[in-house]
Amino acid sequence: MNFEFEWNSIMFLIPSLFMFCCGVYGFLTRRNMIAILISLELMLNAVDMNFVVFNRFLYPGQLDGMFFTLFAIAIAAAETAIAIAIIINAFRISRDIDVKDLSKMKF
Amino acid sequence: MDSVGSLILYFVVAFAIMVFSVLAVTTRKILRSATFLLFALFATAAVYFMLGYQFLGAVQIAVYAGGIVVLFVFSILLTSQPGDNAKPLASKKRTLGFLGAIAMFVICAWALVDRVAMLVNIPEMEEHTMHKIGEALMGTGHNQYLLPFEAISVLLLACIIGGIVVARKKND
Amino acid sequence: MEATIPVLILAMPLLMFLFLGLFGKFLSPRVSGIIGTAGMGVVLLMCYYTAYVYFFSGSPEFINAEGNRLQAIICNVDWLQFTDNLIIRLGFLLDPISAMMLVVISTISFMVHLYSNGYMRDHHGVYERGFQRFYAFLALFSFSMLGLVVATNIFQMYIFWELVGASSYLLIGFYFTKPSAVAASKKAFIVTRFADLGFLIGILVLSYYTGTFNFTDMTSVPVAGMNDVYAVSAETATGVFNIFQSKAAAGFMGCSVMTWALVLIFMGGMGKSAMMPLHIWLPDAMEGPTPVSALIHAATMVVAGVYLVARLFPLFLVNAEFGGYALDVVTWVGAITAAYAAMVACTQLDIKRVLAFSTISQIAFMMVSLGVSREEFHNLGYMASMFHLFTHAMFKALLFLGAGALIHAVGSNDYTDMHGLRKHMPITHITFLIGCLSIAGIIPFSGFFSKDEILSSCFGNSIFAYVWMSAVAALTAFYMFRLYFLIFWWKEHKVHEGHHAPKDQPWTMTLPLIILAVVATLCGLIPFGNYVTWDGHPYDFMAHFNWTIAGISLAVAVIAILVAARMYKTENPLPAKMRQAMPRLWDWCRNRFYFDELYMFITHKIIFDKICRPIAWFDRHIIDGTMDGLATITNKASYAIRGLQSGNTQNYVWVYLIGALALGGVTVAVIFLFC
Repeated sequence: MNFEFEWNSIMFLIPSLFMFCCGVYGFLTRRNMIAILISLELMLNAVDMNFVVFNRFLYPGQLDGMFFTLFAIAIAAAETAIAIAIIINAFRISRDIDVKDLSKMKF
Repeated sequence: MDSVGSLILYFVVAFAIMVFSVLAVTTRKILRSATFLLFALFATAAVYFMLGYQFLGAVQIAVYAGGIVVLFVFSILLTSQPGDNAKPLASKKRTLGFLGAIAMFVICAWALVDRVAMLVNIPEMEEHTMHKIGEALMGTGHNQYLLPFEAISVLLLACIIGGIVVARKKND
Repeated sequence: MEATIPVLILAMPLLMFLFLGLFGKFLSPRVSGIIGTAGMGVVLLMCYYTAYVYFFSGSPEFINAEGNRLQAIICNVDWLQFTDNLIIRLGFLLDPISAMMLVVISTISFMVHLYSNGYMRDHHGVYERGFQRFYAFLALFSFSMLGLVVATNIFQMYIFWELVGASSYLLIGFYFTKPSAVAASKKAFIVTRFADLGFLIGILVLSYYTGTFNFTDMTSVPVAGMNDVYAVSAETATGVFNIFQSKAAAGFMGCSVMTWALVLIFMGGMGKSAMMPLHIWLPDAMEGPTPVSALIHAATMVVAGVYLVARLFPLFLVNAEFGGYALDVVTWVGAITAAYAAMVACTQLDIKRVLAFSTISQIAFMMVSLGVSREEFHNLGYMASMFHLFTHAMFKALLFLGAGALIHAVGSNDYTDMHGLRKHMPITHITFLIGCLSIAGIIPFSGFFSKDEILSSCFGNSIFAYVWMSAVAALTAFYMFRLYFLIFWWKEHKVHEGHHAPKDQPWTMTLPLIILAVVATLCGLIPFGNYVTWDGHPYDFMAHFNWTIAGISLAVAVIAILVAARMYKTENPLPAKMRQAMPRLWDWCRNRFYFDELYMFITHKIIFDKICRPIAWFDRHIIDGTMDGLATITNKASYAIRGLQSGNTQNYVWVYLIGALALGGVTVAVIFLFC
């Protein structure tokens, strides 16, 4: 069975887009700060994937997209560490990590 | 790359990405949410492997799945009681968020299908050896990335210190 | 004359004020009282020395070869220079009246300083609260009053004029915990301030036309190097007249500009000297401590109006000679006030009120005397007015201090609580009697001479004025002796159980009484005309003494005293009968002709209700409403858009997402439509 088909960038971009939209949905609707952070990670991951896909399809000889993804992962790690530190601190103060309740420092 | 096995693998991976993404943002147990995120990240790593970026896939698994998700799990265990369910969302808010996400998906998907679908015929790519990657990462020439690398390392250092300072218990 | 002592005369009380005001609370009351009194004693000596030098040294600076006394400017400092011509100077002017006023002010002030050491304590010798403050204010007042009389220009006078007003305000309101005292101090300040508005306008008009503030320039040829008299010479008079004629020949409302200026200036004098209808503050000002009443509201500040008219007298005279009405206004206001105050004084219960109305009446005498003064009679009225100012200051201060001693001993202001005190307080009794005799005009007490001169000058002016003022003089004798008899006779003094009988007060209070009694007895014998006349030319009054007028006024006074004695010496129903015979008049007098009510009506019912309230409504609803509306709109708008800056990241993402979707939607639409 000779099965021929062409790889199309759409095939990777649509799941990536879907993932991103899931992140958007989560970010807009969740109230737990860690859940929001998870949504954020989803979006970031989707973007990383796009970098790699475009790198692969457009400039296979170079590594630019890959390195962008690499650095994005590192930055995501840093960001997550800080965010979680803040969340833990906020939790220690108010025993809660619901974003609606964290308005003490606002005014 | 173009065998039926690849295609099947692709469908499995794409399906996993979509399903775990949805589950990650819809489940009401936060620990499960983190777990589904982990699976979504694994699936992404699989995409990287499929596209031939083995090193990146390894980093993805090691740093993202291995590091960040563990951080999430720790923080979740620190901040919530076992068995805690997130409160059900207000349906209006959920509907709005759903509509926003759908609208975005439709517009972006249309743009992709309309404009980017011509990117077919995956070109041949010679394998990126660790040697090449290492040179690109540590070199200072054209298409070489020492400076961002150093910047990232400083950033990480700062984050480590900052994280400690923010999260530690006050002495008094 | 060296300027050192004159400057010290002003500087000393000012320093005393600053010292006692700033550091008084670190001193015991006793020490600060001694310091204040001693400082005033030094000022007293310096004033006496200055007056002595002026009158008796015979220095060519002060008296010329013909024996005319001159105006001398001891020093004159440029204080504020606005333009080349508009300079406000502070200086020290010596002439007969300012030298005389130095003596009067320093004497009375020293007596009051001494007296207050005893008065401002209770019966156990405990000093009153704010004793140091009291002395500081007394020093401030002395400084202001001395500065006023030696002013070389009308602006300096105005400044010190306001300063005496302010210190009067402070001293009337000394018992600031008493609402009536606070009200009285406000009333005094507002009424005199209102009058000073006229004064200021008058100053501006006068200075605009004459081009100078200086008294010496306004009223005479320049002093330095001229051996002329200081008052208006013929050329100067014509010159002044021409100034006013040429620039404003038409005048305003039928009167020349000069008349207007002088009448407006006189309005300031009316306010300070409590002439009708601006007299209403003075009776209420008796809420202040009695020594203050003696110093400010009897002897010195209230005669500032008289002094002002006397200071500008040459201008008034020029005005009269050229047909202006300024002096007539002075006469009429004085005459009406004199009669009014004398009538009211006959019915008051509060002995300080009686003395206050008596003061108003006597100052009105001085005003009348100035008003009737004309050149045909050697301007006798001017001299008489100043003489009466001098003697009145002495005997009225004596009476007030005596009243203070009575009040201190009895603890009440009403004569109904006194009655028959002559045996209990012999020294007060005798000195008060001397004061009464003096004010009634019994020879040889001082009031006789000065009042006789006033009546002589009235007689010289018109027979009507003479009869009118004689009647007022008779009333004066009557109400003073009514007061005297009601305080010291009428019936035996009833001592309440558990109270000590009233007795003479300590030496700090009796000594000033005795000194002032001696002065009040003897100062009428001073040949005043040799020292103070309008043109500096000695005038021997005794040579022109009119024994008929003197005899008549003496007889009138004695009759009035006898009537008073008949009615009030022993308890009898006669006063009540008299009261029933004229109930309407008695009520009007008792209520001061309802002047306060009239003012209340005008201010509250007309000005406040009809004018101020609509304006206030307009301000509150229209102007404030507009502003409030703007503020409310801003506020509401801010609240409305506050949600945009909520700090809630999810909202931000929403906005961002909607924006991005809209942009995407537009892009899609454009592509569909045009590609």
